[in-house]
Amino acid sequence: MRKALYHYAYRRSPDQDARAPVRHPVVVVGAGPVGLAAAIDLALRGVTVVLLDDADRIGEGSRGICYSKRTLEILDRLGVGERLVAQGVTWKLGKVYLGDTLAYAFDLLPEDGHKMPAFINLQQYYLEKALVDRVGEIPAIDLRWKNRVVGVDRRNDHVRLDVETPDGRYRLDADWVIAADGARSAVRDLLGLGFEGLTFEEKFLIADVRMAADFPTERRFWFDPPFHSGQSALMHRQPDNVWRIDLQLGPDADVAEEQKPERVLPRLRRALGDRDFELEWVSIYRFNCRRLARFVHGRVIFAGDSAHQVSPFGARGGNSGIQDAENIAWKLAELMQGRAGGRLIESYDVERMQAADENIGHSTRSTDFIAPRSPAERALRNAVLALAPAAEFARRMVNSGRLSTATVYETPLSTPDQDRFAGSAQLGAPAPDAPMRGRDGRAGYLLERLAGAFELIHVRGGARPDVPAEIKLTVVGEDLSDQGGLFAQRFDATPGASYLLRPDQHLCARWRAYERGKVEAARLRALGG
Amino acid sequence: MSKLITTSRFPNPDEAYVALVDAHRGRDAEQSAALNARLVLILANHIGDLDVLKEAIALAGARDRGSDGGVS
Repeated sequence: MRKALYHYAYRRSPDQDARAPVRHPVVVVGAGPVGLAAAIDLALRGVTVVLLDDADRIGEGSRGICYSKRTLEILDRLGVGERLVAQGVTWKLGKVYLGDTLAYAFDLLPEDGHKMPAFINLQQYYLEKALVDRVGEIPAIDLRWKNRVVGVDRRNDHVRLDVETPDGRYRLDADWVIAADGARSAVRDLLGLGFEGLTFEEKFLIADVRMAADFPTERRFWFDPPFHSGQSALMHRQPDNVWRIDLQLGPDADVAEEQKPERVLPRLRRALGDRDFELEWVSIYRFNCRRLARFVHGRVIFAGDSAHQVSPFGARGGNSGIQDAENIAWKLAELMQGRAGGRLIESYDVERMQAADENIGHSTRSTDFIAPRSPAERALRNAVLALAPAAEFARRMVNSGRLSTATVYETPLSTPDQDRFAGSAQLGAPAPDAPMRGRDGRAGYLLERLAGAFELIHVRGGARPDVPAEIKLTVVGEDLSDQGGLFAQRFDATPGASYLLRPDQHLCARWRAYERGKVEAARLRALGG
Repeated sequence: MSKLITTSRFPNPDEAYVALVDAHRGRDAEQSAALNARLVLILANHIGDLDVLKEAIALAGARDRGSDGGVS
């Protein structure tokens, strides 16, 4: 099997020779997708970042493989979205089979006019490689490989970290620490924080195989497939002719035994039929659905798997982690640049714990449906499956994973609507994308034209509004033109309508007519009041 | 003409399913079967239409695939 794909060199930092610990604005712990995204986002917002990782390589197993539309929109803002979409396998259709009969199919993005697809599949190491390449273009990020955090000391106005390297230990001070160091977070352990939630007894075999196959580019899920009787199976396509196969093994499976090739290969052969394949990666998993009680601990902020964990049904792990990174990055930048107070950081807890609870809820319900916990639950699940071919209501209850969508924040940062709006745009949700043509006549999309600051999107209806200096103004009908009418439809736009977006592209206020005082009050509210 | 509605009526079907699952948590097989029987009687009376009840019985009965509904 393949080992690490990309190696990076440890380099000694001048901080290691300093007499006193050198102080940095932000230290991010963990250079996985979440830590890399957080570091890039902060740096693009003008905050210098030290990024520490305990390894010196990426690419051991493809791990996370599904990236959702919202995550791709974030990654596009960070400068790697187009590269990833070009490299990944775009898909939007899911099919669920009962035995070998198709029970139902779903389309995740039934409408056109979005830059990013519903989902791409891509090995996590390609995502990490793209983000590490991007870090290399940004001087404000100091990425230090083979730097393992072994001590965390929370001081009054900073955090002191003990870091172990091949040259020994050194100390580092940070105004803020983002702990993106994964499910086995060292920072979490060092602070003595525990999880609240569930561990499932059910075990799953997860394998990546390389093979030439003409299977469709769809998420295919089976209950009781002919090739894996009495259990469930999931198959997903990745680039490079690599296929992800998940096979449910039951609660009593022996983890060591099931990883042996003489056990794995016959199982896969039954699933894949009579074709040659090469095993790339195999692992046996038990899933957790759990989170920390709080994500913000003074100046240490948890993001991604260090803060919350879900089962993979629904692709809610990696996607929610990258959405955590986006949420904390703009807030820390606003705080450090003097435009907001500590209450903005508390809103990270409010918004991302809501997202974590939503993800844990979906993921728990899916896992319970796939692996019922009692005979009565199994009877109920089987009744749903038995009725599904004949009754639509039962098909709607068949749950093989509800795929990740962005959380609509119930947040004090939003200014409640006073005017009525229809359309798909929602307060507390990311702005829906729409095709837009710029002043230069070039076709493009709304989200890629946003500056990543507070931005007022105003629909031309008179004079150009005199927005406060901290807000970027975009006038639809002047700066951008809504040629297909999809913007008007999705935002329920009328002349004069004004939409205030946060730096993370979430809609935080809207009005039928522009009023400077209301816009400024809404911006202050979105900064924590 | 069929009077039984088989299209989905819950805005969030997952929540309805979980409510049923939760009702069985902590009950053994006999208690679960008894709960199901009481539930059927309560819902049948709520519907209050013998034609609909008979159609529902026919649909449920037609889906037998072995003793446990097929998937184990």
